[in-house]
Amino acid sequence: MKRNSPTVLDEQRGAYRPTPPPAWKPRTDPGPLLPDPEPYRVLGTEGALKADPALLRRLYAQLVRGRRYNAQATALTKQGRLAVYPSTTGQEACEIAAADVLREQDWLFPSYRDTLAAVARGLDPVQALTLLRGDWHTGYDPREHRIAPLCTPLATQLPHAVGLAHAARLRGDDVVALALVGDGGTSEGDFHEALNFAAVWQAPVVFLVQNNGFAISVPLDKQTAAPSLAHKAVGYGMPGRLVDGNDVVAVHEVLTEAIQRARTGGGPTLVEAITYRIDAHTNADDATRYREDKEVEVWRGHDPIALLERELTERGLLDDDGKQAAKDEAETMAADLRARMNADPVLDPMDLFSHVFAEQTSQLREQAAQLRAELDAEAENDTHNEPGGTGR
Amino acid sequence: MTTAAVKPATMAQALGRALRDALAEDPTVHVMGEDVGTLGGVFRITDGLAKEFGEDRCTDTPLAEAGILGAAVGMAMYGLRPVVEMQFDAFAYPAFEQLVSHVSRWRNRTRGAMPLPITIRVPYGGGIGGVEHHSDSSEAYYIATPGLHVVTPATVDDAYGLLRASIASDDPVVFMEPKRLYWSKSQWNPQTPTAVEPLGRAVVRRPGRSATLLTYGPSLPVCLEAAEAATAEGWDLEVVDLRSLVPFDDETVCASVRRTGRALVVHEATGFGGPGGEIAARVTERCFHHLEAPVLRVTGFDIPYPPPMLERHHLPGVDRILDAVARLQWEAES
Ligand SMILES: Cc1ncc(C[n+]2csc(CCOP(=O)(O)OP(=O)(O)O)c2C)c(N)n1
Repeated sequence: MKRNSPTVLDEQRGAYRPTPPPAWKPRTDPGPLLPDPEPYRVLGTEGALKADPALLRRLYAQLVRGRRYNAQATALTKQGRLAVYPSTTGQEACEIAAADVLREQDWLFPSYRDTLAAVARGLDPVQALTLLRGDWHTGYDPREHRIAPLCTPLATQLPHAVGLAHAARLRGDDVVALALVGDGGTSEGDFHEALNFAAVWQAPVVFLVQNNGFAISVPLDKQTAAPSLAHKAVGYGMPGRLVDGNDVVAVHEVLTEAIQRARTGGGPTLVEAITYRIDAHTNADDATRYREDKEVEVWRGHDPIALLERELTERGLLDDDGKQAAKDEAETMAADLRARMNADPVLDPMDLFSHVFAEQTSQLREQAAQLRAELDAEAENDTHNEPGGTGR
Repeated sequence: MTTAAVKPATMAQALGRALRDALAEDPTVHVMGEDVGTLGGVFRITDGLAKEFGEDRCTDTPLAEAGILGAAVGMAMYGLRPVVEMQFDAFAYPAFEQLVSHVSRWRNRTRGAMPLPITIRVPYGGGIGGVEHHSDSSEAYYIATPGLHVVTPATVDDAYGLLRASIASDDPVVFMEPKRLYWSKSQWNPQTPTAVEPLGRAVVRRPGRSATLLTYGPSLPVCLEAAEAATAEGWDLEVVDLRSLVPFDDETVCASVRRTGRALVVHEATGFGGPGGEIAARVTERCFHHLEAPVLRVTGFDIPYPPPMLERHHLPGVDRILDAVARLQWEAES
């Protein structure tokens, strides 16, 4: 048998030889979508010289106010005026930048931690704290300020932001939605679904992940195996960006660029801001159980206010008077907040039935009547028991 | 209304027509879901809508129920009226968190400042020989959630009228479509579907004197058949179609039970924790002195929905209903 003569087996193989598969190529060049592995920074670099001094001063005043706001709200929990307060001490740069980059017509979608961003956007601090004080779930009309209700279930606000941005675009309105989420929230299914929808619809939405190191006690390396959270963007077909979350100017720039892209039809962006939660998760949390003081100290050395203060001082844009003025202004805000939060809210229990449906069902009317009767009986008792009342 | 000439032959067509009319009349209405565009939905309810109104008004979404409903929340926040199709009962579960944590309470949370007029269409129930996850009766989950209307038509006319009303409602409505009846012809009320029924009213489908069958959706035709069969045994059964579980029409239900003195609830959903328990309790609380017998229930068994070759043993059928009717001839145990 000659070596090259085809065997029976070869003939069979020939009969089954597969046709070549259709040519495959990636749908999108992943290169431009991939985040720069080094978080973007501006403060302390050449780039800072380009920043507008008026913007820097505004951000500084806002950061100082924000820090004071966090301290005041935390104090209010100790006085029992707030049930709970998830502080953003250490994360103020993200919160302030997020509020500052939005135009009036844009929408902010905050998570439960982002009271400060809502306040920085112009919401009355007392209205912003209603949820945490416990008199109502949302203390404001979302449409009035274009701030969605502070969202407690993790990541569920993200598809809302996508839907709203999509709806605005369908209507031809120039509106961008900016949605905030924590590092832990990126593990939720809604995060995935929202990013996927946003990219498929090319919705004008920006996702800002505040990676503050922990989801309550769980550190990032137990949350994800991805190189960074910003890397997740590539899989959806949107750009991912990494930024130093304590560098307010850098966050501001990256978000501005992302919002600009969204506004001009370029679709969504995922931004990961590397920051750190200085306070515990909430006042109910014991952070010493899961992290070392040493680690906190390192981050204190990279404080968002100090970073900007140094830049402004070195450039002669801020002196002691300027610092004092910002402090005084923050103090006034805190005093006002304290005073107003110390007044007991006036609640109407009948409100329990007022906003379940547009039209009350007969079932709710019956239950409302029952509560009304109970309240009347209570009031009756109270008048009888008052000193000098007829009951005595 | 532009529907005077409509004569749909099946419930599926009536539902499609309702969507079409709503899209035509109100530019804020948007239909969205999996396969609702080019394909027209796996049940073809949305057939032709994408072609007529464009893909922005009838949108094929990515395959993600939480994403669909979550995006609908944002769209409703911006003033649109999304009508969402969940492909099958058991595939609505991924969207449960959006439904329970957000959709149902948004109006309440915002003190009425921001209603969410979303209609969530859920094809539900068995009897179609579906494999697992295609036959659940999930209505008990929805009625247990404050802030949702839960509506379920049983006739061709109601399919049209109730869907129109649901889309027009400023509150979220879970619109349960008995898929077993999708292809049923307009046999109970042959008139053209021009009436938009207000939500929350039950209706007497068959007047009778000796007992009331309280039912809805896929079990209505079974109850009507049972009522016919019962005449042979001297029973004159009244059949009430609830049409809406939330709001619940206590008035119509109690008026009927007071007339007949006996009541039997019939539904496919499981009995334990099912809607029947709530209904029986309401009737007992309100009509105790008129009752000649305890309120009875005929329901699906308390089991995961069975495989298709066994489902006939699970579903409440005429015989099981007639047995229960016989038990309504209550005599205190001696
Ligand atoms: C769906 C859901 N699961 C669990 C919780 C309870 N919870 C509240 S905050 C939190 C951690 C969130 O961490 P992260 O997303 O990193 O945000 P951070 O608090 O750090 O800002 C958890 C588990 C929740 N709110 N929602």
